[in-house]
Amino acid sequence: MTDRILTVRMEAHPSDSHTIDRYVKTGGYKALRKALKKMKPEAVAAEVNASNIRGRGGAGFPMGVKWGFLGAAEPRYLVVNCDESEPGTFNDRQLVERDPHQLLEGIAISSYALGISRAFIYVRGEYARGARRLQRAIDEAKEAGYLGEDILSSGFSLDVTIHLGGGAYICGEETALLNSLEGRRGEPRLKPPFPAIAGLYAKPTIVNNVESISNVPWITLNGGLAYADIGPDRSAGTKMLSISGHINKPGNHEIVMGMTWRELIYDIGGGIRDGNELKAWIPGGASSPWFVPDKHLDTRVELDEVGANGSMIGAGAVVVMDETTNVVAAAHSIVRFFAHESCGQCTPCREGTSWMEDILARIMDGRGRPEDIDLLMDVSDNISPGLSWPPAMTTICPLGPSATAPVASIVRYFRDEIEAMMPNKEAANA
Amino acid sequence: MTAAANWEAGRRERAKTMLGAYPDRRSAIMPLLYLASLEYGHVTEQAMTDVAELVGVTPAQVQSVASFYTMFKREEVGKYLVSVCTSISCHLLGGDAVIDAVEDATGVERGRTGDDGTFSVERAECIGACGGAPAVQVNYETVEGLTPDKAKALVKWLADSQPEVVLADEMQQLFGGVRSFDWGPLESEGPVAAVPAFGPFGSAKEGR
Repeated sequence: MTDRILTVRMEAHPSDSHTIDRYVKTGGYKALRKALKKMKPEAVAAEVNASNIRGRGGAGFPMGVKWGFLGAAEPRYLVVNCDESEPGTFNDRQLVERDPHQLLEGIAISSYALGISRAFIYVRGEYARGARRLQRAIDEAKEAGYLGEDILSSGFSLDVTIHLGGGAYICGEETALLNSLEGRRGEPRLKPPFPAIAGLYAKPTIVNNVESISNVPWITLNGGLAYADIGPDRSAGTKMLSISGHINKPGNHEIVMGMTWRELIYDIGGGIRDGNELKAWIPGGASSPWFVPDKHLDTRVELDEVGANGSMIGAGAVVVMDETTNVVAAAHSIVRFFAHESCGQCTPCREGTSWMEDILARIMDGRGRPEDIDLLMDVSDNISPGLSWPPAMTTICPLGPSATAPVASIVRYFRDEIEAMMPNKEAANA
Repeated sequence: MTAAANWEAGRRERAKTMLGAYPDRRSAIMPLLYLASLEYGHVTEQAMTDVAELVGVTPAQVQSVASFYTMFKREEVGKYLVSVCTSISCHLLGGDAVIDAVEDATGVERGRTGDDGTFSVERAECIGACGGAPAVQVNYETVEGLTPDKAKALVKWLADSQPEVVLADEMQQLFGGVRSFDWGPLESEGPVAAVPAFGPFGSAKEGR
């Protein structure tokens, strides 16, 4: 059984996995040839649908279903989301720097399947190195006839353009990304209409994540059912998890889902640094509610099970915190991130994130007030009523609700530690 | 006749290419702002007016875009922009001490540019180098696995050697530590200013 798809080439050929020569020598662009010469577009889309692959950008929406929503109006666009900015996440960075042709082949096959002749890759501005590698790969692929006019003499043409972002996390949200690509502020749009109907320039648009699209060549070559066979039913395929924090083996690990968190952290991740105790971990990036050893260590790394346990795998960022962690300071770092990255359209998010940042800062400084824990929960509840999972929203996009995740987590699991940081009442009265 | 007609010839050509690269000219605003940053050193009022004229929108519309994104610098920026990540993974592994060290070594507070124009220092939100935390970027090129001491040495090296082109691999070899992943072969291209080094902008040059 296949247990790795995306990282095989880069591990076997670290010195040149990003070049077209190595890519072609290791079976690259065979899937594109197969699709263009032997398959109708709808047959390619059917394989992706049969693979049961769920979007790797965070929401976990079935990719084939998303493709099925694409409107008929012309022109249509494919936009690849490489705005990877979720704190803890760096898997797309590795995919574009180390195997850009795998992504480009996926883009070409997907565009063929969807009847699209214009694709954009939105790369976050801080990934200049990845953008350079991708641009070189685009030039190489054009030169070799895998992109551009009349690809492999099939009559199918595709133009791919890289658009560099400007340092705004919110542009990872697909409608904000589209606004940014149109030369506007990266503010999320109200949905509906969804991008599949009215996306880029109000035309039908599919927005998919780098990791999702990078799987398309393998799916095309081996068949959707072979992909669906990998891993648990509702978490088909492999997933690249970015593991960081107080862990012995940080890095991207491509895994088959279904293992326990204990196996992931202690076997794959090599355990906690300095032999320390695990205190908590963030299972799916800064936006996700935290997990703690007592409750979650023997639950499974699987999309629906993590969801049922009140969190998410998201874009695949696992951030591990050991016993030395000051949880208030950690939550403050995350909330400050969201306060900085809030686009400012919706009042609960714009105001709420800054309030929470201020409150956490004063608790850290020993200036916390007796009512502050209640106040934190009240502000959180105003952004995401009920603090349920998946989060209820008073905002256009999920950024605001995401900022409540670390706050609700530390109040739920570490309330005593927050209270211990409050100024001593008797001392204050003396 | 727009003010952009006075831009360096290569940049005028690039601007034309950018305007033609999208189905709608407005999409060229962001790449043109990077181009204008190279022309003027940062996104000045004049830069925004030029971009507006090129695209065919009002300067206010360009300003609304420029002001939204942290990488469009509307104030002077140093030759080396040092962006220190203190988001969660870097925070857990000492990013806050690294930014203190960088402030110390440059004599420049976060959010500021030094008087001699050599350094700007800023706190960055997650730069996608979490497996090599704590990490910094210099002109948007990443160095991973830093310590406060190594960060100070990096600053001193930049100040002493004043490289025209900043190379990630060179900085990583000299001052870096744990990386998020194997970066692969060394690269000889890097930025010539605090603008991401990307071919279409003309901001990427071969280094030593």
